[in-house]
Order: sequence, then C-alpha cells, then structure tokens
Amino acid sequence: MKRKKLGEAKGYLYIFPWIIGFLMFQLIPLVNSFRYSLTDIKLGGEYQFIGIENYIRMFTEDVDLFNSMWVTIKYIIMVVPAKLIFALIVAMILSMKIKGIRIFRTMYYLPSILGGSVAISALWRVMFMKSGIINNLIGTDINWLGDPKYALFTIGLIDIWQFGSSMVLFFAALKQVPRDLYEAAQIDGAGKVKVFFKVTLPLISPVMLFNIVMQTINALQNYTSAYVVTGGGPLKSTNIMALKIYEDAFVKSDLGYASAESWLLFIFLLCLSGFIFFTSKYWVFYSDGGGK
Amino acid sequence: MKKKKYIRWCSFILITVIGICMIYPLVWMFFASFKTNEEINLAVNLLPEHFDWSGFIKGWDSSGQYTFTDFFINTFVIVVPTVLFTVISCTVVAYGFARFSFKGNKLLFGVMLSTLMVPNAVLIIPRYLLFRDFGWLDSYMPFWMPALFACYPFFIYQEVQFLRGIPKELDEAAKIDGCNSFQILTRILIPILKPSMISICIFQTIWTWNDFMNPLIYINSVSKYPLSLALRMGLDVAASTNWNEIMSMACVSILPLVIMFFCLQKYFVEGIASSGLKG
Repeated sequence: MKRKKLGEAKGYLYIFPWIIGFLMFQLIPLVNSFRYSLTDIKLGGEYQFIGIENYIRMFTEDVDLFNSMWVTIKYIIMVVPAKLIFALIVAMILSMKIKGIRIFRTMYYLPSILGGSVAISALWRVMFMKSGIINNLIGTDINWLGDPKYALFTIGLIDIWQFGSSMVLFFAALKQVPRDLYEAAQIDGAGKVKVFFKVTLPLISPVMLFNIVMQTINALQNYTSAYVVTGGGPLKSTNIMALKIYEDAFVKSDLGYASAESWLLFIFLLCLSGFIFFTSKYWVFYSDGGGK
Repeated sequence: MKKKKYIRWCSFILITVIGICMIYPLVWMFFASFKTNEEINLAVNLLPEHFDWSGFIKGWDSSGQYTFTDFFINTFVIVVPTVLFTVISCTVVAYGFARFSFKGNKLLFGVMLSTLMVPNAVLIIPRYLLFRDFGWLDSYMPFWMPALFACYPFFIYQEVQFLRGIPKELDEAAKIDGCNSFQILTRILIPILKPSMISICIFQTIWTWNDFMNPLIYINSVSKYPLSLALRMGLDVAASTNWNEIMSMACVSILPLVIMFFCLQKYFVEGIASSGLKG
C-alpha cells in the first residue's frame, strides 16, 4: 500500500513540469482571455468590466469581422481539400513502388519544412509580382497580389504547396492496406475505380479524418503568409481572422475586443471539428470494429 | 499487361511534373539571389546571366547597424535552448504519463490533448499581458519558459505512444538490478526513445526557426530580432527595389533547415508516420 502511494507521488513528480506549464501558460491565459473579452482593456492603463458589450459590437458594428470570417471560411474550403487531394494522389502513385521514390519524397516534403517561414512569403511576393516570374512563365498579366479576386488564392497556394506531411501520412496508411484485399476485389471483378472507393478509401479513412482535422486547425492558425505577402489586402480580401485579431489587439491596442474575437474563432473551430467528428461516424471505418 | 505498364508510365510522368512544380520555386529562389534586380523582374531564364554576389554582401549588412550575423546568433540563442528544454521536459512528462498509475492520470492526459484544440489566437493576448507583468517582453523568456514547462502536448503525446510500445518487463528487470525510477528512464528508456526524441528536436527546430508571430509580438528591439523579423524588416525597407538582396537573405535564412533536412531525412519521415498514425 505504501509503495503504491510512493509510485503515485513519483508519477505526479514526473508530470509536475507540465502541470505548472499548463496552469501558467495555458489554463490561466485561457481563463484570462475570456475575462478580458468582457472588459475594455487596452495596451496600457486601467480597464473596466463592460459585460458582453464587445460581443454585441462584434455582431452589430463590425463589418470587417464578417468579411474576415468569410475570408477564413473561403480559405479553409480552398486549401484543405486541395491539399488532401494532392497528398492522396501523390501518395497513391508513390505506393506503386515507383523507382526513385526517395528523391520524390524529398521533393514533395521539402516545401512543408520551409513553407511557414518568412523567406517563402518573401519569395511569393517576388514571384507573383505583376512583372514577376509567374506572369512571365505562363504568359499572363494577372495582378496576383493586387487584385482581390486572386490574392487569397495566391496565398492559399503557399499552404497547398505544403501537402508533404499529409502525403507521408497517407503513404504510411496505404502501405498497411493488406494486398490480398486488392486481389480479392479484383477476382470479384471490381474495376480500379471501384477498388479505390470500396477498398482503399474506407481503409485509410481514419488517417483521412486525422488529416482533415489537423489541416483545418493549421489553416485557421495560418498567419505569416497573409501578414507578409499581402498584409491582409487588397481591400481586406486576405484579412483572415488570425490577422484581424492581431491587428485589433496589437495595432489598434484594443485587447478586450480582440479577445472577444478570438473566442469567436475558438467557438467556430470547436463547432467545425465537432461537425467533422460527428459526420465521421458515417464515413470513417475502423478495421478492428471501432473503439480503437 | 501492356495497359498496366502504360498506367505506370503516366503516373511516373505525372509525379515528376508535380514534383518539378513543387521544387521549382525553391530552385528559382536560389538562382534569383545571384541575379540583378532587372533580371529577377523580367527574365524567364532560370539561370542568371552571370553570378553576381552583391545581393549577398549588401543583404548581409542589412540596415548597417545590425547585420545578419547578429540575426543568426539571435535565432540560435532562441532555438537551441527552446529545443533542448522541449525535448527534456516532454520526455520526463511523457515518462510520468506512460509509466506511472496515479489518480487522474487518464483525466490529465485527456486535458493535455484537449489543449491542442485551443487556437494560438486565444492565448496570445493574455500571454502577452502575463509576460509583460513578468517583465519578459523583449527577451527570449517567452520562448524558453513554455518549452521548459512542457507546453507542447503534441510531442508529449508522441512520446507517450512510443513508450507504450516498449514492454514494461524492461523496467521491471532494471528495477531488480537496482535502478531507481529516474535511472530506468535515463539508462533504459532514453536509448530506445532516441528516434522519437530526435524527431521532436527536428520539428521543434523548424517551428521555432520559422516562427514569426511570437517574435513579432514579444520582441521589439532590432538588436534582438531573429531571422524571421529581420527578413520582414528587409521587405519593408527595400520597398520593392532590392529583390536580389531579399532573395539572397531568404536563401541564407533557410539554408540551415535544408541542410538539416538532408542530413536527418530518415527521422523526418519516421517522426510524422509514428506520431500521426498510432492512436
């Protein structure tokens, strides 16, 4: 009995750093964030409790906020499916035991490592200039970064370009699909397309779920490219939520209001992932009968 | 049979083409840093007419007062302790979660995982105010301290999964041989955990190296700027004129990551595959 107690104490001792870190850098900030969202706190000076005024202001006065939410939603709808489709196609081709697989893996994975950096955002600004290499290469005269129609797409390309990590996950999942299942399906006369939808896709659906959730969270958090490449413009067409929250907080010094906005983003993320998990019941297939 | 070969060839060509599109911007960036500004703007050729090093020399000097030597040193001063603290604290915490049964183990583990869902935007404002009260603004403490206190649930999760795959009999045997619980961790488990720890180091290096939002908020004096802020400053100052300087510095700033990637490729792939798939 005493030894068990000692073991328990040791367990707490080992996770102690995390408990401190969790309280100090996660739980307390989270609670404070909500508290601040009910105040008119600015970067300096006193502040007072103003109830849900910030939230009312969000829904009644702030037109930019609706724009930012809509831009964020458009961004997710554009980036997440494109990224996953590319990742899946390439992973499937690579799993056909093609020669030079290591070189391909390197080529596809390298952008994922560098894509989040300011260096790549700078590169995008140079490549997509009106007189830049992209227009010269494909012979167009599009104002990629200056035209509200194209700006969000151009930024989204940076994100889509980083499909490498999803690809590696798909690749690992595809390797685990038992060969005899394919053979059995072929003997039963199923065509390639049917095999893909009836055998491959269900078997990798858990990884698909993981990728969708992770990529959605990533897309929501993306910030560097919008800030560096376009700065939210032109005409706020790339002013995604993360950027708006930053500007309201640290440029306009309106910390209380920005906190309220961040809670809107948080609740949106929770609803979205809740929705994804809810629907996953119908399309995710666990080969061991579920329940992990 | 012929049809099968045909499909293989098409697929091969397809992924080669996509692969070239993937890598082209990076190759272009490399060569652009040797080009003159007019060439960057107008020429379609990938290779520069002649290799011109002036972009590197001028770009490195940056504003003059602080050069990229300073920015590189700053980046290392941020990254190295952050990575070391992360890997040590996460390993210890993961050991606690994976090997000890205490009240609330499962609950706390669940709480830890759920913090993954909290977006950065929610935490950044209260953290800023907290660090201001601590007097940590314009220092590197906001990077080091969360690392020291294991605020990276994803890494802890990855190591817990890895530890659960190591048979407990090993611990028991070591205990009989007279190891205490800490020695079991350092002598028995850490050598086995090494691949997982290396992959944590790699990812934490990349994230911290590329991090832009946190330095932007916490660091305000140029003397303490890491590379990400220095590049961004260059973009502001140059105002669409000195593209070759910006491209050369962009190249230089990601070069260490590229080298690391080629040296440690094996761990990259293992890291993603193991952290993402188990569980």
